[in-house]
Amino acid sequence: MKAKGELLASEKATKPLGFDVQTVREQFPILSQQVHGKPLVYLDNAATSQKPQSVIDVMTRYYSTDNSNIHRGVHLLSARATEQYEDARVKAQGFINAAESKEIIFVRGTTEAINLVANSYGRANVTAGDEVLITAMEHHSNIVPWQILCQEKGARLRVAPINDDGELVIEEFEKLVNERTKLVSVVHVSNALGTINPIRTIIEIAHRSNVPVMVDGAQAAPHTRIDVQELDVDFYAFSGHKVYGPTGIGVLYGKAHLLEAMPPFQGGGDMIASVTFEKTTYNTLPYKFEAGTPNIAATIGLGAAIDYVNRIGIERIAEYEHKLLAYGTETLSRIPGLRLIGTAREKAGVLSFVLEGVHPHDVGTILDREGIAIRTGHHCAMPLMERFKIPATARASLAFYNTTDEIDALAVGIHKVTEVFGR
Amino acid sequence: MTDLQDLYQELILDHGRRPRNFRPLEGANRGAQGYNPLCGDKVRVYVKLNGDIVEDVSFEGAGCAISTASASIMTETLKGKTREQAEDLFQTFHDLVTGREAQVNAPELGKLAVFSGVSEFPMRVKCATLSWHTLRAALSGNGEVVSTE
Repeated sequence: MKAKGELLASEKATKPLGFDVQTVREQFPILSQQVHGKPLVYLDNAATSQKPQSVIDVMTRYYSTDNSNIHRGVHLLSARATEQYEDARVKAQGFINAAESKEIIFVRGTTEAINLVANSYGRANVTAGDEVLITAMEHHSNIVPWQILCQEKGARLRVAPINDDGELVIEEFEKLVNERTKLVSVVHVSNALGTINPIRTIIEIAHRSNVPVMVDGAQAAPHTRIDVQELDVDFYAFSGHKVYGPTGIGVLYGKAHLLEAMPPFQGGGDMIASVTFEKTTYNTLPYKFEAGTPNIAATIGLGAAIDYVNRIGIERIAEYEHKLLAYGTETLSRIPGLRLIGTAREKAGVLSFVLEGVHPHDVGTILDREGIAIRTGHHCAMPLMERFKIPATARASLAFYNTTDEIDALAVGIHKVTEVFGR
Repeated sequence: MTDLQDLYQELILDHGRRPRNFRPLEGANRGAQGYNPLCGDKVRVYVKLNGDIVEDVSFEGAGCAISTASASIMTETLKGKTREQAEDLFQTFHDLVTGREAQVNAPELGKLAVFSGVSEFPMRVKCATLSWHTLRAALSGNGEVVSTE
């Protein structure tokens, strides 16, 4: 194995990239542990991010002192729970700069948000012969709901191609927008490649033909400032657990006039104004789309996560992560036999790679024994793997609590893999 | 590194790199496809069954070192075995990789004993057993794609 110092001496001078990462790390209790006797190096942030103490504390406090159902009790606990729940909505509104808080629909996550739009907007607006347009780099969650819709309606799912660097071929995308296109749904940042799509341009192109655009922002929200008004995006979705909040909570943003016109997604309590056996009048936004008792603690936890990100500043996070990604790209590029998958000019947070002669699954197991957590597999993007003619990749995905030392540890770990496999 | 050395023994690495019986099988009268949706590993197993005897067996597919080596050594081990012996071997092998019983010394395992290290890696048990599940499907002859999930 090459010595760590020999491999990476030139970069030491650039640390710590102008960001107090040690202080940040202390705020995430999970990061200080050892796994398999080695310090945990958590590089699976695109799967789920870790949670700062402030998020954990808020959720514990909620269950310890405020737990109650929302929007229906006259008692004090219900009032407290309702207030915190609705506070979280205002925080989410601010996080993506929505015009109104009623445009923020709480859902389980990005997957449910896309399913909501496919089932509600899609079923009301897509008919036989129509088209829904996605890209070749979508996560299964932005493929399958549209497939189900198109099958049901006799509509056609169109797929805009990508190039060998993993970038959308925008000219081809533009050609695919036509009078039959009823909706465009694209990923903002690819989970498998890290590609940042030019969604502003995508939205402009679609809007020229009066086609609304849904954006899957699951991987974008943790890494970049989102301004839904500036983008003029019609629907935008993200997950709480990828922005340092809990699992089981996410946000669907929709323009109010679109949401108003849409039929409900699920029926039940809280989404109604009045019910008789003959007729039900639906509640106003956002409650029309929030049937049943929601994940209250997680919603409040998401609010705390947004507070946390705001305290650090998403721009500072993005700037540091960008440097970290550049450092990682350079470091991994020097490893013989390693090929990065996803080399777009605009990228965020993801180092996806294959190692000559070693299956990603074996890479993952060996790195795990070094304390390094990465994801291996098809990343719920099987058509994308097909596009690159690979069965799977190994993916290291970054967060602002990661360090250049951890990237160095990853490089050392990969050298260990090639050692085990006798290269 | 001890665990890793137990897992990635030289024999496994060898069969992972240069799998034996890695080809379609002429005259095969049984076959099945296996798939592990977790990691995307795919395997197709071909069997030439003569009466009750596995006369020949081969495989094709793409997978990690563990799944490829497991399929490769399985094909070597099974030739000439009866269906019942194959089934018994699967059970013994399954116990070995799941660490259910100390099967390391079961003499019938032969080369398969090299997979004893898998029991320390619960996330990899499915890699080691995919080709075996596929073999069982091939022998039972329902011809469906077998999934580990």
